[in-house]
Amino acid sequence: MLILLMAWSLATLACSAEPAPRRVPDTMAQRVLPCTVCHGPEGRASNAGYFPRIAGKPASYLYNQLINFREGRRTHAAMTHLVDYLSDAYLREMAEHFAALDLPYPAAQTQNAHPLVLSQGQSLVLHGDAQRRIPACVACHGAAMTGIAPAVPGLLGLPRDYVVAQLGAWQTGKRHATAPDCMGQIATQLTVGEISAVATWLSAQPLPAQPRALPARTTDWPLECGSGAQ
Amino acid sequence: MKRTLWLRGFLALLVAGLAALAWVVWMNGRGESPITDTAGDFVATPQQVARGAYLARAGNCAACHTTRGGAAYAGGLGLATPFGTVFASNLTPDPQTGLGLWSAQTFWRAMHHGRAPDGRLLYPAFPYTSYTLVSREDSDALFAYLRSLAPVSRRNTPHALVFPFNTQAALAVWRALYFRPGAFEQDPTHTPEWNRGAYLVRGLGHCAACHAPRNALGATVDAQALHGGMVAMQNWYAPSLASSREAGVADWDTQHVVDLLQTGMSARGTALGPMAEVVYRSTQHLLPDDLRAMAVFLKDLPPQSHPAQPGDAPGAAQYANGQRLYVRHCAECHGRQGEGAQGAYPPLAGNRVVTMDTPANLVQLVLHGGYLPATAGNPRPYGMPPFRHLLDDAEVADVLSYIRHAWGHRASPVTMLDVLQYQ
Repeated sequence: MLILLMAWSLATLACSAEPAPRRVPDTMAQRVLPCTVCHGPEGRASNAGYFPRIAGKPASYLYNQLINFREGRRTHAAMTHLVDYLSDAYLREMAEHFAALDLPYPAAQTQNAHPLVLSQGQSLVLHGDAQRRIPACVACHGAAMTGIAPAVPGLLGLPRDYVVAQLGAWQTGKRHATAPDCMGQIATQLTVGEISAVATWLSAQPLPAQPRALPARTTDWPLECGSGAQ
Repeated sequence: MKRTLWLRGFLALLVAGLAALAWVVWMNGRGESPITDTAGDFVATPQQVARGAYLARAGNCAACHTTRGGAAYAGGLGLATPFGTVFASNLTPDPQTGLGLWSAQTFWRAMHHGRAPDGRLLYPAFPYTSYTLVSREDSDALFAYLRSLAPVSRRNTPHALVFPFNTQAALAVWRALYFRPGAFEQDPTHTPEWNRGAYLVRGLGHCAACHAPRNALGATVDAQALHGGMVAMQNWYAPSLASSREAGVADWDTQHVVDLLQTGMSARGTALGPMAEVVYRSTQHLLPDDLRAMAVFLKDLPPQSHPAQPGDAPGAAQYANGQRLYVRHCAECHGRQGEGAQGAYPPLAGNRVVTMDTPANLVQLVLHGGYLPATAGNPRPYGMPPFRHLLDDAEVADVLSYIRHAWGHRASPVTMLDVLQYQ
């Protein structure tokens, strides 16, 4: 009887009302679909191609980049177009959405690179070049290169081309960070060969078992960075 | 005898030339009064400054007079035109590089007559063809606001226009042909609300800058009719605000027009592309009464009659491929039947953006995607992904041809050439 009654009430509902309007999930995942079309499902990208992984990067790093695109400190026409008319609060929410994702990484992209290139890259990443006052990458990006919260990104799991393009963009003035732009100071000192070696070595490293960014720290930075601790 | 004829001809030409010159000179100086005040004479009231801040939003001055990431109103942004690039000027009160030494009268003359303090004619990329309708009172309020800003030292960038458009003489001729200094006249046959809307739409709002067609010399044609036009150098089409087939709102609820201008979305349509910028920077900040006035005026525009040209049907293969692509890439958000999703994605079935004669905006939307503007009324908008990396030009043409012919639509198919042309 109860079932009959339910069926009857459903039938009357269906007859008396217009078909319910279609709805999509009221979630951030739905709202960031324009991002994941390039950055891959859930922002985890693939290890091929150009687009960087954004899933699991520190929230303030992602937020700073979104603001940088909107304010012209970074140039990528598609990114700028998407964020142009979005508020700080909404961009922060998007950044936090992707930062909170904890998803497995693909295997390292670069295989069989030349040993000399790898050793040059490894040396710069781990030790820098004291003579030219170039700090080691690990001095800021963490000993395991997984980044430091809230604003320093990890360097692993990125396509080689993307790393080359970013260091090149700093050299040519196409990418900036909030002043003082520490990465700009470093990148402009690197040769083309050094950029290639660093990108090759980084993109050949597997992620450590614990791929999350390290907790925030307030001291021990080799350079002053405008967006470092924000 | 022959010599006399030559002489007469020469004299006739000379007289005609001098007459034309006198006409151009006279047309360019009409109604201007000599400047009698100095920068120091103007003392702004706090009310004027506040009013000016609001009017600067209404005129969206910052959109052109601010570079990306640069100091507000310090100028420097290049506006591409078919004649070269015009660089917006520094509106901050810096004495050397901005408006610091301007007087209220010189500011009014720039707004009303399109003339700089030193007498030079201004390029109409600064839409004084619309601003000429702004009242002296509002001009003074704007001036008060701009003078209240922190001065920024940024020397104006010289325009980069091609000959002859880089000459004052060419500009004088253009102005003689296309510019009439005016004043907004209340129309007593309409309500004060309608008149307020007309003042905002035609004056500071400078809607005609995009929503009116332009001729070969870049002048808006029949600006008051707002019959739609291509946005200069952007491959976006600003639809007619008077046509029921484009963006006319005669049959919309007034509140829906207000919603669109205030939040970027409404039950009847959404603001994307250049209009998203207008909502984000300008109209979302306007008072509800002013938005309502604009809506009342826009609803009452004389209807534009331009019957639809029934388009050819797309080829069977194109339609089938377009349908396949639609199901794969579009239906998840816009629905299998193009019904959209409430509060998130617009329906495509029956959507005028889909069936407008020019597919320019569709090509832009599919290739580049975009978010609705984030506004107080719609702070977390949904968005359209850019499909540039997923679909090639032929596929974009196919999927657009499909939606222009599905669900009872009868708009012309889109070709690969269209996609190339409008990207």
